[in-house]
Amino acid sequence: MKTRDLVHVALFAAILAVLGVMPPIALPFIPVPISVQTLGVMLAGSSLGARKAGLSMLLFHVLVAAGLPLLAGGRGGLAVYAGPTGGFFVGFLPGAFLVGWLTERAWTRLSVPLAFAINLLGGAFVLYALGIPWLAVAAKLPLAKAALGSLAFLPGDCVKAAIAASTAVTLKRAWPLIQAPRPAAPTSPPPSSTRAASPGPASPRQ
Amino acid sequence: MSLGLYLHRDSPVHAVPAAAKMLGLLLMGTGLLLFPSLPVVSVALGATLGLYALARLRPREVAPVLRLSAFVLVPLFLVHGLLSGWVPALEVVLRLAVLLLLATLVSLSTRASDMLEALERALRPLARFGVRPARLGLLLSLTLRFIPLLATWLHEIQEAQRVRGLEREPLAVLVPLLVKTLRTADTLAEAIDARCFDSEEPS
Repeated sequence: MKTRDLVHVALFAAILAVLGVMPPIALPFIPVPISVQTLGVMLAGSSLGARKAGLSMLLFHVLVAAGLPLLAGGRGGLAVYAGPTGGFFVGFLPGAFLVGWLTERAWTRLSVPLAFAINLLGGAFVLYALGIPWLAVAAKLPLAKAALGSLAFLPGDCVKAAIAASTAVTLKRAWPLIQAPRPAAPTSPPPSSTRAASPGPASPRQ
Repeated sequence: MSLGLYLHRDSPVHAVPAAAKMLGLLLMGTGLLLFPSLPVVSVALGATLGLYALARLRPREVAPVLRLSAFVLVPLFLVHGLLSGWVPALEVVLRLAVLLLLATLVSLSTRASDMLEALERALRPLARFGVRPARLGLLLSLTLRFIPLLATWLHEIQEAQRVRGLEREPLAVLVPLLVKTLRTADTLAEAIDARCFDSEEPS
């Protein structure tokens, strides 16, 4: 991994922490707050790609587990994992990874609706898939009740996915980091791959 | 900007190594998940409060940290009590309370740096898969250094967009923040490379 990639991983973990500074919105009927932080999960995935986004989330987990209050509302420490919301937090990692993986696959034809679907799938549904059963076990709620309660997040997550999607498409034009998974495509940072077999429509940095 | 929940005391709880405390927490969590009966949970609660006393943490200092947990536990108790009776509700809520109290105790009595060191040691076997401890250290310190800086940038960008009447436009705030971050990342990576950090392997 190049130093530049390491720095990206570190800086996106920091972005995630900064998004946690914005106050979470508490809901009366389910013990999981809405936060802007999942937007950071989507942004990391769609800006960095699968591998770096996953590492970035792992790094964030290490910092939170070490007791730094970086989660929305100043939560942190191992208590986060013991609590009912732990599953949603654990879902950050596979969520960001999936967003990154799908974004890489769709890179050349990335549009706002496509990015929206990717971000909703990875940044919201993967989190639900881990968070709802975790909530049901930790709080001994019936699974259906936990799932029904989590529906409250769906509108917010749609808004976040829409924001992340337009950001991702804008960023693709302004500062692209992901290359289409095509081995022969000329990559922008190191122009070393001189194999120019097929001059694919790769997007060089503007 | 001070990060972390650590409160310094001269106590036996503070003296226990970070790794041991985290392992104990893990065992306790598993134990409570396997035997969640009311007597077991009550004894665990008593023991946990005893540990707080042993750590010489006063309730007044601990209360603000735990207030966030109360927002979770109180509605949960009510929902549970109405759905499935008050005894199971008490069981569930007490079990969660013990776990949250214990985990908070670990965070309060252990320096974040000690905890990071313990985690770094725990992750050391990953070296076999190409994870280098020095790079992990760089990642952790970079992130911590950049959180306050990024918060400042976010604030600056919001101010600038307010002048244009765009502060409620998430794109107008997020895109500049990301581009600024990524541009800094490039400069920073060049600076780190120029100083030959951990450069046994050129790429």
